[in-house]
Amino acid sequence: MEKRVLMKGNEAIAEAAIRAGCRYYFGYPITPQTEIMHYMAKRMVEVGGTVIQAESELAAINMVYGAAAAGARAMTSSSSPGISLKQEGFSYIAGAELPAVVANIVRAGPGLGGILPSQGDYFQATKGGGHGDYRNIVLAPASVQELYEMTIEAFNLADRYRMLALILGDGALGQMMEPVVFRDKEPIDLPKKPWAVTGTGGVRPHNTITSIYIKADVLEAFNRKLQAKYAEVSRREVRAECLNCEDADILMVAFGTCSRIGRGIIPIAAAQGVRVGLIRPITLWPFPSDVIARAAAQPSVKAVLTIELSCGQMVEDVRLAVDGMKPIAFLGRSGGNLPTQKEILQKIMKMVGR
Amino acid sequence: MQAVFKRTAGLLNIPTHYCPGCTHGILHRLIAEAMCELDILHRTIGVSSVGCTYNNYEYFACDMVQAAHGRAPAVATGIKRVHPSKSVFTYQGDGDLAAIGTAEIIHAAARGEKISVFFANNAIYGMTSGQMAPTTLIGQVTTTSPFGRDPDAQGHPINVSEMMATLPGAVYVERVSLHDYRHIIQAKKAVRKAFRVQEAGLGFSLVEVLSTCPTNWGMDPPKSMDWVAEVMIQQYPLGLFRDPKLEESK
Ligand SMILES: Cc1ncc(C[n+]2csc(CCOP(=O)(O)OP(=O)(O)O)c2C)c(N)n1
Ligand code: SF4
Repeated sequence: MEKRVLMKGNEAIAEAAIRAGCRYYFGYPITPQTEIMHYMAKRMVEVGGTVIQAESELAAINMVYGAAAAGARAMTSSSSPGISLKQEGFSYIAGAELPAVVANIVRAGPGLGGILPSQGDYFQATKGGGHGDYRNIVLAPASVQELYEMTIEAFNLADRYRMLALILGDGALGQMMEPVVFRDKEPIDLPKKPWAVTGTGGVRPHNTITSIYIKADVLEAFNRKLQAKYAEVSRREVRAECLNCEDADILMVAFGTCSRIGRGIIPIAAAQGVRVGLIRPITLWPFPSDVIARAAAQPSVKAVLTIELSCGQMVEDVRLAVDGMKPIAFLGRSGGNLPTQKEILQKIMKMVGR
Repeated sequence: MQAVFKRTAGLLNIPTHYCPGCTHGILHRLIAEAMCELDILHRTIGVSSVGCTYNNYEYFACDMVQAAHGRAPAVATGIKRVHPSKSVFTYQGDGDLAAIGTAEIIHAAARGEKISVFFANNAIYGMTSGQMAPTTLIGQVTTTSPFGRDPDAQGHPINVSEMMATLPGAVYVERVSLHDYRHIIQAKKAVRKAFRVQEAGLGFSLVEVLSTCPTNWGMDPPKSMDWVAEVMIQQYPLGLFRDPKLEESK
């Protein structure tokens, strides 16, 4: 049998990063994700890596920028207020086309908010947050095992597309303990990075990493190139899980922690004669719009229910995907509260007129 | 015919965009020459900051990274930790280093990052057309202190070298000037020393270079040089603030 290790979600991220070949971690403490740095501080010593407790999240993300420019796999992690500070770096990483991995273990906001779980950073994660026309790949795990696997995946995607991959968890996922199997799907084969700054060695012209293009035509051409890359990511990397969607009466759409609650609804609703399906977006960007549209188009589907730990953010993308085909309902809790199965069930029964 | 003076291999053959009489060009040359003389050009990585020199990554022949405003020391930290055997330098202005990037420069020095910082102090924001900098002198007229910097309302200039010298991690801190050839020669020595301190793995080094901005000072180039020599130096005395005492091997 495969060896199972009981660990916290935050620790799983750190272990996965190290197994993915990340040797540089830069962070600044903030609840509920600081265990990532605690784990890194011990574990990096064993593998000869570097951990710096930076003076701020701004500095940490810019250290990632430097390490990524130097050709290394590097990461930082934080929670909502810290991620706001990192947005400057996100934009520069996009503009300089550097591969980088960031984990956001979201807490409730706005402002200093609270330290309990939330999905209120969906807009910030998927719609930019920093300035300019750019995208980040956003992965939404729903278990400690997935935090582990998607962290490794994030490094591979970041390198493949030379862009930032963000792991969007929440306080519940970061803090919960579950068994993890260290399944390394493929041997980690770090890609060559001929564009990186390593010193010319006197054998090649100088490499430069920059995000500034003063001439309008040059910048527009660069933006077109970025958009072409984002289009390719949208074509190739959309991930979603569909549970019980075929011939469903009601479709739920929920990611991360909410999808775990939604999953539990399916048999309970079935016992009461309502067939409920669940679509769980795994990539929040690129968003699985087609998957949702196809499922919602089924004649059996009466309405779509989006469940979030926010006051309604992903629901906008669901509405765009469904495009008026079916009514959209929303159930959200915020402040760190989670929706109960009871309130979701009540909502569903109302939607089917019971 | 014998060439007595030629372009240094540390700079690419690209015309710079600096104004006439601006000392940014001189400082570029000193850094480039130092890299060549110490034979580290091929294993040096520079970090450009945000200011008039934002695109000097186009000019230096070594590998270069452009950083966000004020963040060059953090970016350099990331690079240096990945390539500890390479030399890493930042080139920063006073707005970049002493205003928006104050946290980054202090903490890079506090950590004793083995990087070299070349800090061009021209007492003004050049790039954005002459606003007050943290280093602007009392009484100095800028576009945002049109009646002269008033300490009551706008505070006092920051003496970066003196401040950095309080940090044990900053092992080499020197202030130099570029207003005449004698001082340029001294500045060159300091630039070389900053690299050598880094090469010897001793810690963080910073060379503050008093620089001109004739365009935004509203002076012609010779008058600008005089203003550095006569006025700026009063506020920013030249000298060695931290000295690691390198053996004079090179
Ligand atoms: C975050 C951010 N804020 C403001 C600016 C605008 N800006 C560009 S250069 C500069 C001042 C640079 O002055 P200094 O560092 O003294 O360099 P100099 O131009 O004098 O060489 C400012 C404020 C910017 N690019 N980014
Ligand atoms: S504006 Fe000032 S600092 Fe900038 S290039 Fe011109 S003289 Fe130099």
